[in-house]
This record gives sequence, structure tokens and C-alpha cells, in this order.
Amino acid sequence: MTVHPTHTEHIDSETGKLGMWIFLFTELFLFGGLFLVYAIFRAKYSPEFHHAAEELNAFIGTINTVFLLVSSMTVAGALTAMQKGDRRMTLLLLTVTIMLAGLFMVNKYFEWSHKFEYGIFPGSPVLKNMPHGELLFFGLYYMMTGLHALHVLVGMVLLSINVVKVKAGTVNSERFLMLENSALYWHLVDLIWIFLFPLLYLIT
Amino acid sequence: MRDEKNHISTYRSLVTVLVILLALTTISVLITGIHLGPVTVAVALLIASVKVAIVITQFMHLKFENLFLKLAVSGVFTLFVLVIVITFIDYFFR
Repeated sequence: MTVHPTHTEHIDSETGKLGMWIFLFTELFLFGGLFLVYAIFRAKYSPEFHHAAEELNAFIGTINTVFLLVSSMTVAGALTAMQKGDRRMTLLLLTVTIMLAGLFMVNKYFEWSHKFEYGIFPGSPVLKNMPHGELLFFGLYYMMTGLHALHVLVGMVLLSINVVKVKAGTVNSERFLMLENSALYWHLVDLIWIFLFPLLYLIT
Repeated sequence: MRDEKNHISTYRSLVTVLVILLALTTISVLITGIHLGPVTVAVALLIASVKVAIVITQFMHLKFENLFLKLAVSGVFTLFVLVIVITFIDYFFR
């Protein structure tokens, strides 16, 4: 292959990946701050948190955990497929990942609308009349799961862009940093849920 | 260009990791079903930490990254734990 000195492309995937990790560190502290607030208020308002947490549907939470864990595997599989140069498999696994993310959001929709029916939503009169600790619990619940759901949506957009790029061939077996970094982002979404799930749904 | 010795995770290893993660989730759900008070919280958080460690090392491929990245990730998580511990010390002993 002839190399044109004026046209050499420099791809530094190690640095690109490091940059992504540094961004993920900031994300960890974004959610970490919320976890900390949750932990302190939980210690302060134990009985109220216990009572409010029983309102949450652990079954929906468990199903959503399974969706995210499986989707984390499929996106890691998509990267493996891309590295092996198997485009069809990459596209299939990316599509499955996006569909699982969609199912997670559908579940979240039903979970939230069920709460809304009972008048439990931010700023609602029902919530205002609750004991202070329960109000704090639901405030944190909506803030944490809402911020997480926003990350799921961003992840879905990122993965969809990857589908387009893999189809176009701009993400290929030689250049797959974007897919690699998007997969890292998706794993972070999974990581945060791994902590949110027991804290909000399981420990009552 | 990429490193020649770049490691590619096999499909089989990814499926194995998923099975372990699902098993840990099941254990977590079953254990928190038995109300043991503070022990439940500790066990649930311990299992979550193990799951996070597995996702980071296997799915996020940290096990096969360079030493600098490994140290950076461990450092940031240590800092995170310290922030939590110090805040709680402050909260309980003020």
C-alpha cells in the first residue's frame, strides 16, 4: 500500500478510549452524588423509606435488570463480531441491544404511569401530604431512575448511530473506536442500574 | 493502528459472564426476600459490587487494558468509596 505523506490519518484508539473512561468517571460521580444523598436520607428516615420502597414493583425491577444485563452482553458481542469482521452479526447484536433498551423503557413507562395513577408524581398533592421521608424517597426515586432512563435513551441514540455507521462501513473491523466507546457507555448504564436496583427495589 | 496483541473476547466467555451475572441477580432477589435487617443491605450491596466488578473487568474489557487504565479505574472507585465513608463518618459522629 502506498502511503501519501500529506494524507496520513492518525488514529489513536488508546487515547480515544482513555477519554471515554474519563467521561465515565464524571458520570460515576454524577450518580454517586445521588447515591450519597439517598444513603444519608435513608439512614435519617429509615421507617419512611422502608414504607415508601414497598410501593415499588420489585418484579418490574427484576425484569428490567435482566434486560439490561442481556443487552450488556449483546453489545459486548457486537464489538467482538466487529473485531472479527462479521458485519452481519454486529448489526444483529446491535439491533437486539437497542430492542432490549426499548423494552426497558416500555417497562419504565408502565411502572411510572402506574405510580401516576395513584397520584405519586413530582409535585403532586398526594406526595405533598406524605411524611417528609416518603416525599424524599419518591423525589430521589424519580430523580435517579429518570436520570438513568435519560442515559438509556442517549445510549439508544448512540447505538443507532453505530448501526448506520456499520452499514455505511465507516465503523469497520479496522476502525471501531466509536463502537467500542458506545459499548463502554452502554455498560455504564448497566453498572448504574446494578446499584439502583437493590437500593430502590430490593432493600425495603 | 491498533496493537497486534489486542484481545478479543469470545462469544462463549461473554455468555458465561452473563450467566454468572444472572445467577448473582437471582441470589440478590432471593436473599433480600428474607428480611434480615442491616445484613440484607450489606449482602445486597456486596453482590452489586461483585456484579459491577465483573461487568468492568469482563464486558468493559478492563482486564485486558493497560496498567495505567487499570490504576485510573481502581483509583476513581477508591476515591468514590472514600467519599461515601468520610461522609458517613461525618454524619454519624457530628
